[in-house]
Amino acid sequence: MKQFLEGAVAIARTVAMCKPAVIAAYPITPQTHIVEELANLIAAKKLNAEFVNVESEHSAASCVLGASAAGVRVYSSTSSQGLLLMAEVLFNIAGMRLPVVMCCVNRAVSAPINIWNDQQDIVTVRDAGIILLFAEDIQEACDLHIQAFKIAEDKDIMLPVIVNIDGFILSHGFEPVEFPAQDLVDKFVSNYEAPYKLDVDNPMTFGPLSGPEYYLETRYAMQKTMENEVMKKIQAVADDFTKNFGRKSFGFIEKYKTDDAETIFVSMGSICGTIKESVDDLRNQGEKVGLVRVITYRPFPSKILVNSLNNAKKICVIDKSISLGLNGILFTEISAAFYSNNNGKNFPKISGYVSGLGGRDVSKEEIIDIFKQNKDVETEFLGVNKENIGSYI
Amino acid sequence: MIETNISSNVSQYDKTLFVPGHTACAGCGQSLAAKLVLEAAGKNTIVVNNTGCLEVFSTGYPNTSWKVPFIHSLFENAGAVSTGVESALTHLGINDKINIIAQAGDGGFADIGLQAFSGLWERGQNILTICYDNEAYMNTGIQKSGLTPLGTITTTSPSGNLKFKKDLVEISLAHGCVYVATASVHLPVELQRKVKKALSMKGPKFLHILSPCPLGWKSDTSLSIEIARLAVETGVWPLFEYENGSLTNVRKLKKLVDVEEYLKLQGRFKHLLDTEDGKNIVEQWKKIVEQKVKKYNLLEN
Repeated sequence: MKQFLEGAVAIARTVAMCKPAVIAAYPITPQTHIVEELANLIAAKKLNAEFVNVESEHSAASCVLGASAAGVRVYSSTSSQGLLLMAEVLFNIAGMRLPVVMCCVNRAVSAPINIWNDQQDIVTVRDAGIILLFAEDIQEACDLHIQAFKIAEDKDIMLPVIVNIDGFILSHGFEPVEFPAQDLVDKFVSNYEAPYKLDVDNPMTFGPLSGPEYYLETRYAMQKTMENEVMKKIQAVADDFTKNFGRKSFGFIEKYKTDDAETIFVSMGSICGTIKESVDDLRNQGEKVGLVRVITYRPFPSKILVNSLNNAKKICVIDKSISLGLNGILFTEISAAFYSNNNGKNFPKISGYVSGLGGRDVSKEEIIDIFKQNKDVETEFLGVNKENIGSYI
Repeated sequence: MIETNISSNVSQYDKTLFVPGHTACAGCGQSLAAKLVLEAAGKNTIVVNNTGCLEVFSTGYPNTSWKVPFIHSLFENAGAVSTGVESALTHLGINDKINIIAQAGDGGFADIGLQAFSGLWERGQNILTICYDNEAYMNTGIQKSGLTPLGTITTTSPSGNLKFKKDLVEISLAHGCVYVATASVHLPVELQRKVKKALSMKGPKFLHILSPCPLGWKSDTSLSIEIARLAVETGVWPLFEYENGSLTNVRKLKKLVDVEEYLKLQGRFKHLLDTEDGKNIVEQWKKIVEQKVKKYNLLEN
């Protein structure tokens, strides 16, 4: 049965079904509703977990690091500045091979301070060794959380997973959400049994000093896990989810009306809903347009993307983040994927658009306009109001 | 496949819980203190360590000196990591059976790590927090910390530190730690008694151990114990215990040894003894000692 719920509440209730033992978090908008609901569920004895109110996001991440090292399932969530304050710890969690699961409620990064949505926060830690998933809607945010625990805690993976949801749009928006039966979740996400932990009967040293003789191999091992096990299991877990829960989960990417498409949009997150509507409108006008939605951003599914985009004439990448001084980040990575995976053959023209920063609304009309103008651009900002630029340039 | 799980095997070299073969300097007070602490705590102990000398000299992969579960994460997060460990043990129902020690050097404790330790204390976690105080950032090459004493020469206070030490004991007491004590490596029996006492109490505990560092203190490696003794006997490092906020025990002194006796063995203070400005600073030290003598009623009769 579907329930009409706020995204944050739906995510919290889904997380509770996955039965984490320790949850630590620090308040930051727009993430707070998730942990507030989790605290409520614990207070109401609907979830048996330790909820730790910590003094910063750095400590929130450190707390779940410690609990995970002690061998239990953990969860945290954050946004924006909070994620950046955690950055050091996130690298540490990944390097220690601890299966921490988190939600990042994506929000712009200061300055100027802005609490609204874009995806700049998470892309700044994309190199940490974290598996990064992006949801389009609230249902998918819930479904990806269930899969996140299964992926992170896989004995052959043991890496953190962050599920990304667009701030406010998905965290505070309401949608009808389908909740699976508890026994189905129990079966899918079985009890966590740590392959290594802080155990007085079998003492181990975690986080030792590692010199030039060993450090490189730790990174090599993480990369190989990403390239091999994670690439294999993400699709397997998504397919398994689809089979068991009766609801489609895509795994790496979703292809929307791409079969005969000459122009294909590429993006990730909730903006893809708007792009799908734009695609529908353009299709009604007889245009051959489609969308490839990136769900798994790390590991980056380069070959899968190239294969799904290769038959188009034009690719339009819409980013909600930018590497200032370069391009939109997804644009750069899609371009790189083509250079690395197309065997020297010609490939479609790729244009890059930066949109929606700091919560700026992106309209269907703007997306349709991208198609109609058919520009060759690397870093075109959508919706810049020249009058608002002020005296900075 | 995880090809390199970054955890070391525990050496079977020695029966002690903190085995030799580590790379601490000769005369290191911290390695001695850590060994005493761990042996007092026993094998049912999980150690959470901030970045610093101790973690560096004792965990060079693939070796480790720790025969108990040990985790080092970052410079500033032992307070939070240990909170997570305790929360996990609580969830598993084994919190009462296992000691948790969260420890750091002076910089890792009193400066960069203080926020997380403050959180740990405030939440009332059942954890023994320990500061091994060698009064500067020794691991990175002797830079001034918040616990560097007045006048001390460090690489970032080459003319002498302008500030007194931060009072960690008062800070911990203000947080409501159930047990707060100071200790010194020259009195190992007393140090170990305090560790055991702390671990017998439920709630947040704080033990502040003066840990001589020949490298940073510019002292002879054979004199570490002597210097620790002089720190106590001059009144510079009073030894006491607070239980539930009340001062319950003080190690009394028959007489005070002159502060100069402590200072003169250490190159970091050498300038205080042979310049006019230095002599003024020594006078300020003496005033601080007087205050401590009064506050803790250090002298017999």
